[in-house]
Amino acid sequence: MKISRTTSATVIAVLAAIGVGILLLIAVGAPPFEALSLLIEGSFGSASKMSATLLAWSPLVLAAAGLVVTFAAGLWNIGVEGQVIMGAIAASWVARSVPGPPAVVIPLTILAGAIGGLVWALLAGVLKTRFHVHEIFGGLGLDFVAAGLATYLVIGPWARAGQASTSGTDIFREEAWMPEVEAFGVGWPIIPIILGLVSVAIVWTLLRGTLFGLKLKAVGSNAYSSYLRGIPTNSYILGAMAIGGAFAGVAGTVQATAFHHKLVPAISGGYGFLAILVVLLAGFGAAAIAPISLFFVAISVGSTQLDLRLGLDSAFGGVLQGIIVLFVLFASAYAVKRPSGSLTPQKEP
Amino acid sequence: MALEIRDIHKHFGPVRASDGVTFTVEEGSLHGVLGENGAGKSTLMKILSGFYGADSGEILLDGKTLNLDSPATALESGIGMLHQDPLVFLPLTILDNFALGSPGPYRLDRKEARQELERVSAELGFSFNPSRLAASLTVGERQQLAITRLMWLGAKVLIFDEPTTGISATQRNQLFSTLRHLAEAGLIVMFVSHKLEEVEDLCDSVTVIKQGKVVFGAPMPIAPEVLVEKMFGQIFVEQDRVDAETGDTLVKVSGATLEMGTTHVEDLNLEVASGEVIGLAGLEGSGQRALLRACAGLLNPSTGSLMVGGKDLTKASYRDHLRAGVHYLPAGRLEEGLIQGVSISEHLVLASEDTSFFVDWGTAKQRAEQKIEDYSIKGIPTSNAEALSGGNQQRLLLSMIPDIVKLLLLEHPTRGLDVESAAYVWTRLLERRSDGTSIIFGSADLDELLRYSDRIIVFFAGSVFAIRNAVDLDGEELGYLIGGKERV
Amino acid sequence: MESTFNSIVAAAAPLIIAAMGETITEKSGVINLSLEGSIRLSAMTAFAVSFWVGHALVGFVAAAVVGALIATIIAYSSIGLKLNQIAVGFVLTLLAIDLASFLGDSFVGERGPRVPPLPIPVLSDIPFVGKVLFDQNLVVYASFVAIGATWWFFYRTRPGLNLQGIGERPEAAFARGISVNKLRFWYTVLGGAMVGIAGAAYSLDVKLGWRETLTLNLGWIALAMVIFGGWHPLRVAAGAYLFGALQVLAFQLQDVFPGVAQVLPVAPFPLMILALALVYSDWFKTLGDRFPKLRNILGSEAPAGLGTVFERE
Repeated sequence: MKISRTTSATVIAVLAAIGVGILLLIAVGAPPFEALSLLIEGSFGSASKMSATLLAWSPLVLAAAGLVVTFAAGLWNIGVEGQVIMGAIAASWVARSVPGPPAVVIPLTILAGAIGGLVWALLAGVLKTRFHVHEIFGGLGLDFVAAGLATYLVIGPWARAGQASTSGTDIFREEAWMPEVEAFGVGWPIIPIILGLVSVAIVWTLLRGTLFGLKLKAVGSNAYSSYLRGIPTNSYILGAMAIGGAFAGVAGTVQATAFHHKLVPAISGGYGFLAILVVLLAGFGAAAIAPISLFFVAISVGSTQLDLRLGLDSAFGGVLQGIIVLFVLFASAYAVKRPSGSLTPQKEP
Repeated sequence: MALEIRDIHKHFGPVRASDGVTFTVEEGSLHGVLGENGAGKSTLMKILSGFYGADSGEILLDGKTLNLDSPATALESGIGMLHQDPLVFLPLTILDNFALGSPGPYRLDRKEARQELERVSAELGFSFNPSRLAASLTVGERQQLAITRLMWLGAKVLIFDEPTTGISATQRNQLFSTLRHLAEAGLIVMFVSHKLEEVEDLCDSVTVIKQGKVVFGAPMPIAPEVLVEKMFGQIFVEQDRVDAETGDTLVKVSGATLEMGTTHVEDLNLEVASGEVIGLAGLEGSGQRALLRACAGLLNPSTGSLMVGGKDLTKASYRDHLRAGVHYLPAGRLEEGLIQGVSISEHLVLASEDTSFFVDWGTAKQRAEQKIEDYSIKGIPTSNAEALSGGNQQRLLLSMIPDIVKLLLLEHPTRGLDVESAAYVWTRLLERRSDGTSIIFGSADLDELLRYSDRIIVFFAGSVFAIRNAVDLDGEELGYLIGGKERV
Repeated sequence: MESTFNSIVAAAAPLIIAAMGETITEKSGVINLSLEGSIRLSAMTAFAVSFWVGHALVGFVAAAVVGALIATIIAYSSIGLKLNQIAVGFVLTLLAIDLASFLGDSFVGERGPRVPPLPIPVLSDIPFVGKVLFDQNLVVYASFVAIGATWWFFYRTRPGLNLQGIGERPEAAFARGISVNKLRFWYTVLGGAMVGIAGAAYSLDVKLGWRETLTLNLGWIALAMVIFGGWHPLRVAAGAYLFGALQVLAFQLQDVFPGVAQVLPVAPFPLMILALALVYSDWFKTLGDRFPKLRNILGSEAPAGLGTVFERE
């Protein structure tokens, strides 16, 4: 089996990154190998830990799936964080206002989340296609507006009875909690897991097996040639944003109804931005996002152990993730180069 | 103080852009450099002005070998180049454009710069309003600004690359008197062009370049027939074309004005019958591209009308044209026609009429294999577009043309292709004629134009210069027409 | 009243310095998306180093080095390795933020050196203006200098004019003999150093000390300010002071309108979007053609070469 230059470069990069992580641990006086093994133990060491890891995996992979679609269309959907937040807000609204048993409420929260994220993403898309605001700036701006909205709701109209607090709204009623399945003495987040797997399957099929996906790929690679082929490029850009936003919104639903069971200001958990790293590492393809997301959440969840057991800041997880992606990016410079496009609207050729 | 170019060689991969170029230009002369597209004039000028480094050879000015490894050092040596559309900084003022990049103290004294601008431009007979934005200048005015700047910086050699493309007649006359004035002042002015009359009018001496080599050099005046023959070579075309049946008028252009960048075509009138092949001749920027793009729907005529198959498409969008049966093959095979990262099978799926949501990759692969065989494409269904050679990319583009097409528009259908691929392309194209498809194509290859067209339209300086039946033309006369002259 | 304006000027100082640095970087055509991370990491570094050494100045130097280093990575990746500036900048943001939290743990809650106040004699006695502008410290005076120096550099010097050319149309600048890539590299590093200093200004002056949420969103706001101010130093500064004023206002109105203080920090971003939409709209373009003065004051487009890779051939 021939190992391509890309694969070997990537593997070396990951190993080098872990090496740097070890050096960093030594620098702060922490026992490196114990720390690394704590990461693993903290995410897979027991049934309840594995359950927590999978619950964290779901929103990350959902957001990543959405990003695969937007990247395929050639877009930098930095607004993904805001889309997750808006999905969570929409889901929270349903959880708080729509009566009924779980069989009714839960699907509605998922639908609401998808719609919330979709609308927010379309906003960034329209800013781009109609108003020539690059999706990076538009998305970034909307991220903050969404975050502001979440904060406002938590300390304002949806504040806890009695004292407004940034620790969140009232806990949702039990029917609005995503149900779990008992096994091995622990509850498993079965719906989020299914949502995650389904999202990867949908995106993979969409891009590989449909005409829509093919046209999307064409638009992302060369919008002008695609236009000459008769593909309505603006419609496809908006379509990609809508799909990306919908998946991100469902990630928000999971965060609200399965994890926090309430709305908090930091509801997205940073999963939107982290998903960008996941997709960068996955080479923009759908195939690898599931395992890479698992790898990343293992690091994130496991690093809470570092705090508990070694007194190390759990941000170490984020550091490790960042170094890995950075090194892999450098490695890719020796393999395939992705061109840098202009950030300003260009004149027609 | 003469400019000596000695044995310059430059290659790009297997292409020999400059193959032992040697000639000398005397001080104070206006020297024309003639050659057809792709002959190597541009490369040579870029080497002279420091944009490219030559592989070998020397360039001497006043007996001293020059170091020309960047535009900066070329400027220091006194060589300045004016591009066809001078590179200006649009949002900056004219004064800032003048001063940008000039040597001097850290602090920029704009008052002083303004005085210098006024002094030098007055000497040259130009005038500028220094506080206006450069974006407000016409092409001719940008040229004037560039000349002013280069003179200010002490240029001794000025190179003009096709400067009269896109400027008005008045500006052209002004430019010429400026050039004569500069030559009289002792500068060396090199004038790269394909326009015979201008070179005859202006230049003291001329060098003709063909396929990277100097094929002719002499003081003017030289008979135009000689120049044409040297530029294009002898062209013998066997008239083995079979005249196809032509039908009713398919395309009708009336009184159209087309504006595309610096190209401005006025009062265009043309009728094309179905089954007819029309060749568009003329060098870059003369208007052929504008016509093709207007027929394709990428450019709407600002006045006049365009009808295709009885439908008024004057204000129509590109997609309307597609629906009306117009198919456009752009010149940039990989930049505009095909899509990188997309395979042969995938391209064919995009080109097919299939609208089913799920792609049947089995059928797609079969279709790809069929087309690969039909069109002798060297590739497999999963080959990406960028992996194919130029000839095979063109074959792929041909295979993507819909079965029913009323009007085929081709920009440079065989550019960069070997003889065999080019012949194959035309065999397939001509097959379409019997279905009533009309073909309009632009080409820089005179042989191709003469061989395959029913009628040839020659564009020169933004208007239709001549329309002739191909049978009535030969290579020499066509060369004349492209250069803007009628053969006497 | 005076003390309110005094606080606005003081609080805006780090944002001003960071925004000036990023304006220089973007004017040359490079976008340094890592600002949020750079500022946090350099703020932490400044505090840690000066705490350890006992003197604030050393902290500033260390912060400048950190900011410059991060900028070097961005510059090298995009200019040398031809990687996507957005991707690298984004990854560095997250990485630097987490690195700051991780390494900064042991300094949370500590008290460290601070920049001493330094009223300028005579000038600070001028009624109102004196108290607002000249009864400050070195950091604030540095922010004034940053604005003036950047403006003067762009519009009154040769290298500054060349810089505008590099960002606007690199091929044209190259044709005039300017080393586009070399200069882009060094301007990016310079901008990064200034961003580092801004971070230090936060932990050693404005907010004092270190904790994770110290410089909340300052980097993102600086990016927004550069855009909102149309890449012109004076307008960017105006935007930054406006933002500072809004923040102080929100704080003071907190009791009357409780939600506002939380929501106001979000304001720069819709403003940035509006500014972009406005400047690139056809409507504005025709208006600007008719009233060039208006165009000068209100807005300008990004340097056309922003984010692109310049290759010689």
